[in-house]
Amino acid sequence: MLESYILKKRQQKDILLMTHIVMGYPDFEASYKIVKQMVEAGVDLMELQIPFSEPMADGPVILHANQKAIEGGSTVLKCFEFAQKVAKDFSIPFLFMSYANILYKYGMEQFADKMAAINLKGAIVPDLPPEEGKNYITAMEKNRLAPIYIFSPETSENRMSYLSTHGAGFIYCLARKGVTGKATSFSNELTTYLERCRQATTLPLAVGFGVKDKADVDFLKGKADIAVIGSQTIRVVEAKGPDAAGDFIRSLF
Amino acid sequence: MKKRGYYGNFGGAFLPEILIATFDELEAQFEKIKQDPKFWDTYVQLMSSYSCRPTPLTFARNLTNYFGGAKIYIKREDLNHTGAHKLNNVMGQGLLVQKMGKQRVIAETGAGQHGVACATMAAKFGFDCTIYMGEIDVIRQRPNVFWMEQLGATVIPVTNGTRILKDAINEAFRDWVSNMDTTHYVLGTACGPHPFPEMVTYFQSIIGQEARKQILEIEGKLPKRVYACVGGGSNAMGLFSGFLNDPVELVGVEAGGKGLASGLHASRLSSDDASPGVAQGYKTYFLQDDDGQMKETHSISAGLDYVGVSPILADMHDKGLARFESATDEKVIAALKLTMQKEGIIPALESSHAFAQAFEEAPQLSKDEIIIINQSGRGDKDIFTVADALDDPKWKKFIKTKAEEYHA
Ligand SMILES: Cc1ncc(COP(=O)(O)O)c(C=O)c1O
Repeated sequence: MLESYILKKRQQKDILLMTHIVMGYPDFEASYKIVKQMVEAGVDLMELQIPFSEPMADGPVILHANQKAIEGGSTVLKCFEFAQKVAKDFSIPFLFMSYANILYKYGMEQFADKMAAINLKGAIVPDLPPEEGKNYITAMEKNRLAPIYIFSPETSENRMSYLSTHGAGFIYCLARKGVTGKATSFSNELTTYLERCRQATTLPLAVGFGVKDKADVDFLKGKADIAVIGSQTIRVVEAKGPDAAGDFIRSLF
Repeated sequence: MKKRGYYGNFGGAFLPEILIATFDELEAQFEKIKQDPKFWDTYVQLMSSYSCRPTPLTFARNLTNYFGGAKIYIKREDLNHTGAHKLNNVMGQGLLVQKMGKQRVIAETGAGQHGVACATMAAKFGFDCTIYMGEIDVIRQRPNVFWMEQLGATVIPVTNGTRILKDAINEAFRDWVSNMDTTHYVLGTACGPHPFPEMVTYFQSIIGQEARKQILEIEGKLPKRVYACVGGGSNAMGLFSGFLNDPVELVGVEAGGKGLASGLHASRLSSDDASPGVAQGYKTYFLQDDDGQMKETHSISAGLDYVGVSPILADMHDKGLARFESATDEKVIAALKLTMQKEGIIPALESSHAFAQAFEEAPQLSKDEIIIINQSGRGDKDIFTVADALDDPKWKKFIKTKAEEYHA
């Protein structure tokens, strides 16, 4: 399972790297290239975002990527085909990231069945808290997939343990308030918060939002299990093209 | 697992984790004021001294004679301070913000009426204020942008997505997840995550309470039907609230745009084009494609140009507790013109949708039956859009001359 993969990998590495792409941005061919580059450069897990027209939790960079992907014809069906191909071609675990409506329209059960069938390992759905996600959780559990939940600096201890009991794989800790793609200060405050997260769950911890370079990744060593690079890879690809993705990843180690 | 804010299959609180604590606090505060009879008194007192409550219920004698059917009454929300029902909600939430001790408010706006109301409230209560408005609406509703800025608010044009109301809502949420410690998001309609649909309805219910009392005083009996336009659903819920336990037919009128068959409309409940979905924190009928991507909507009125609709109305629709119709842009302009000429009243383009539908039905009712139309706002703000629709040559000349003055 996802959690045991993470624990095993962690025995070899101080910290794992998870990256993120929006499927179909700038197009599917480029998306494939980016995945290939990243996996070959040593990324340990990847989030594949199915674009949504109303990505409420995303900041300007990923928001723009969502819109462009949809305009370019990135449909749910094409995203499934893409995900199936990369999951077959590359040996790291892939996760879906999307918003509740994409799963709801497809059908929670059908979505989870489909994920299992194409060998995805889990999903991050930021606008589907456990309170609203009963069918989702059941469908994910049935297929032995990981519903990944999010901690934020605003989350109380009680709620952290509540989320932890419903989650699997790992916990995604938001480094700060706000949306994706804005600056984060890697400070003592973050350390204290991550200690709070560590206390609240036995699941591995991933940290995302504002992680952008080697210094940030190094900061997280010993405090978390996975560093998540989101908007920054999109920025790099936008500036230098898909072939720059590998070098960027190597610069983080 | 605690499920909150459901109306049948609709509603809920599909919140990003970062906002859970903020909504817990908001819900708790709202529960507190609902229990506190003094709060409602304070609210009514404020609305009668700062705004024009109770707003009149006007008998439209000339329109009644013209159609020769039901007696037509108009509930005059246009006579609220700032010219629309939006102020009811905004002042209520303003009192709540004071109780929560926050210093900044943000809001989305479509027609700009909610933005102006919110900027007004912020000025009165001394809050900082930021308004998000789709770029297209900024162009359509320039006069309201001007007033918001004069009232001290910062207006941020939203350039993402379809650049109208729904995109402004997303952007307001993005602000909120960064600033919830200091900031309250004054959502402008009976949509969004719980407790907003209930809370906005609660403040707007003052419309229906008054209207029911007024019609009983004037006519000694209840209306046969009441009409309200439906954008997000707040003025409709406000009016309907007064008649939920009465044998009164509730009619909601959506934007028919260029006609339902054209696909260019914003009719979620009165067309077959919408389906249940989850977005902007709640579950309702959305105009969306098979993948769940939101579609572009169209209406001559910025305030009705929205992909979703109040979950409370969605539930009433499914249960047959209210009837939903649509009015095309063309019929809306005709209804607006007629109302101006017959009654000397200028309804907002949004409100004119309710008038248009009522005018279709009034002749079929008998003379001893009564209908009430909710005039949610006044039409002055729409002067540019209406002048274009009426293709008024003198207005065009005025604009040209004015523009030349600025060149000089
Ligand atoms: C005058 C007026 N009426 C109606 C509406 C539609 O909103 P709701 O359906 O929430 O009443 C608006 C929205 O901006 C408005 O300005």
